[in-house]
Amino acid sequence: MTINDKYRNRELVQRTIQEIKDTVTQKWHIMEICGGQTHAFMQYGLNDLLPEEIELIHGPGCPVCVTSLELLDKAIAIASHKDVIFTSYGDMLRVPGSEKDLFSVRASGGDVRVVYSPIEALKIARDNPEKQVVFFGIGFETTAPANAISVIKASEQGLDNYSMLVSHVRVPPAMHAILSSPMNKVQGFLAAGHVCAVMGFKEYETISEKYKVPITVTGFEPLDLLLGILQTIRMLENGQFQVKNAYPRAVKYEGNIQAQAIISKAFSECDRQWRGIGIIPMSGWKLRSEFQAFDAEIRFNVDHIQTKESEICISGLVLQGQKKPFECPAFRNICTPQNPLGATMVSSEGACAAYYRYGKQLNE
Amino acid sequence: MNDQNKNFEYFTCPIPLSKNKEVSIGHGSGGSLTKSLIDSVFLKYFSNPILDQGNDFADITPEESLNNFRIVTSTDAHVVSPIFFPGGDIGRLAVAGTVNDISMSGGIPKFLTASFIIEEGFPIKQLEKIAESMKTCTEEAQVVIVAGDTKVVQKGKADRIFISTAGVGFVPEGIRINGASARPGDSVIISGTIGDHGIAVLAARNELGFSTTITSDVAPLNHLVQTAIEAAPNIHVLRDPTRGGVATTLNEIALQSNVTIVLDESQLPIHKQVQGACDILGFDPLYVANEGKVILIVPQQEERALLNALRQHPLGKEAIKIGQVEKSTNNPFVLMTTIIGGTRIVDVLTGEMLPRIC
Repeated sequence: MTINDKYRNRELVQRTIQEIKDTVTQKWHIMEICGGQTHAFMQYGLNDLLPEEIELIHGPGCPVCVTSLELLDKAIAIASHKDVIFTSYGDMLRVPGSEKDLFSVRASGGDVRVVYSPIEALKIARDNPEKQVVFFGIGFETTAPANAISVIKASEQGLDNYSMLVSHVRVPPAMHAILSSPMNKVQGFLAAGHVCAVMGFKEYETISEKYKVPITVTGFEPLDLLLGILQTIRMLENGQFQVKNAYPRAVKYEGNIQAQAIISKAFSECDRQWRGIGIIPMSGWKLRSEFQAFDAEIRFNVDHIQTKESEICISGLVLQGQKKPFECPAFRNICTPQNPLGATMVSSEGACAAYYRYGKQLNE
Repeated sequence: MNDQNKNFEYFTCPIPLSKNKEVSIGHGSGGSLTKSLIDSVFLKYFSNPILDQGNDFADITPEESLNNFRIVTSTDAHVVSPIFFPGGDIGRLAVAGTVNDISMSGGIPKFLTASFIIEEGFPIKQLEKIAESMKTCTEEAQVVIVAGDTKVVQKGKADRIFISTAGVGFVPEGIRINGASARPGDSVIISGTIGDHGIAVLAARNELGFSTTITSDVAPLNHLVQTAIEAAPNIHVLRDPTRGGVATTLNEIALQSNVTIVLDESQLPIHKQVQGACDILGFDPLYVANEGKVILIVPQQEERALLNALRQHPLGKEAIKIGQVEKSTNNPFVLMTTIIGGTRIVDVLTGEMLPRIC
């Protein structure tokens, strides 16, 4: 028996669903922030099991989906250099830029490699001193510590052929953006457990108080997700708004202080463009000025690349739960998983991609 | 570099070294070096009356009349990296791959051909190891290699060694197994654990970042298939879930047969280490490749007899029913009842399987 078996136990899951059904008395809109949680809901078919009163809104918490078209185009331009080894987390490779994806760069002779961590990219840089090794530093607060370490190490070891294309995003500013929208429907949040494992959840208390929304720090296994929903529903039904921790086996209030220190050593906050949403102020991290020598955008001089997002795409509204995918004029005709316009069609867990696939079944 | 130097670069002594340790371009020239490679490696392991005739062709006309046997053929190219992995190597894979493709017709594979594309500099010792492993696999499967070819390409023009095999088999009268025959009510059975091959190969590439003791399941399935047909003569579909895994294979069958298939996740046989590796890496075992497993779709009344027979066979000990064919439809898909009782669509794999970050 592995630790996960307990959190995938059918009886415990059924019992918790019953508890949710017994608790809920009215319609509630709850957003799970994290793409990993969206994926788990789909993977286990949890949506079907929840009572109708609970409407889940899939949040913008997939770094692959929200990486802007412009940054992808920059990545593709850098990866196409003949003396570059471009390294990236795997699922970034098939996300289309405005003309092609990183896979097609590889097909036309570019050296594009999948790595599991930037530490592997550092090793590639050490082993290939005659090449420029670039790591695509995407992700939320979860991947930030490892990405930060790679730059700090490269600087300490004088690895001049290593650089990072930084596309870091942060969760709390996105929550602010969603909650301050006049059309907001979200009444409660499942906060992303792994983000909170790094950052803690002090920052969420401010959000909870300011917008009067309950927030529950939630894990990724089926039982974790249901316990997150149950705690959120209890608060909603009782008119409470607090931050609760339904993932205590991984998350402490203060988070991982050491990891936070590493992040602030390498990164500082900046505005960031989110695919399908637009610029959210102070929602990203960039390399601090002392590490600018490792910034691939500067090293490869790709500032002139400016790509506009599609004008018809409504993925920003879909991400905020204000529109359904089929309400978009591009859905299913110009916008498909093979040729996606916006964030929500890019990832297989995105709401549009999910509707596209499930639609096949619904048509019957 | 000037022309003079270039001329020297291409100047080699015309008398070849007799004790080559590596495959050289000359081994693919068709001359005496080629013959020595064939004699010392390929004939040494593959020798049989048809191959030994030394013709450019192989006469495989059966001695007895074909009666009403049908003839099936298949071909399969192998480019796996690394070429040696826990539980097998590219040679075993090349033989088992074609044997299994033919076996999925319900037929009995008899003859194989093998083509080798070898990168210059490839160690002959390794080539011998691969040939020996192919020999072992042909013996297990009771097939013979009746024709072969060797090409050597310049360094960098191939990744060490590629092997392409083709095969011929005979299907006894009355057996009509194919992907379009799945019918509502049929049981979906798998012969054992899923995902072993894909994870073993990833581990051998050192791409996991941790070690496992998983071995590839690569094996010839023809005897297992014959056992299955004896126990359940009305098998509708046989297919080995190789690339794309069980999910992709079942989608293909659903599409060919115009049916929906519903899987029961709690019944999927998955090795603990494979599940663990997949959990950590963000893979779904349903999409991980197998090289020694078969999916069998049978009328429900034959399910019991089939499972009993499969479980008697060393390659089918963990055979289990994993789902069933639900209904005929113009809109085929595969669904799964998840371990916690939810339902989800099991889609085909689009492109390469990639680890997820989020």
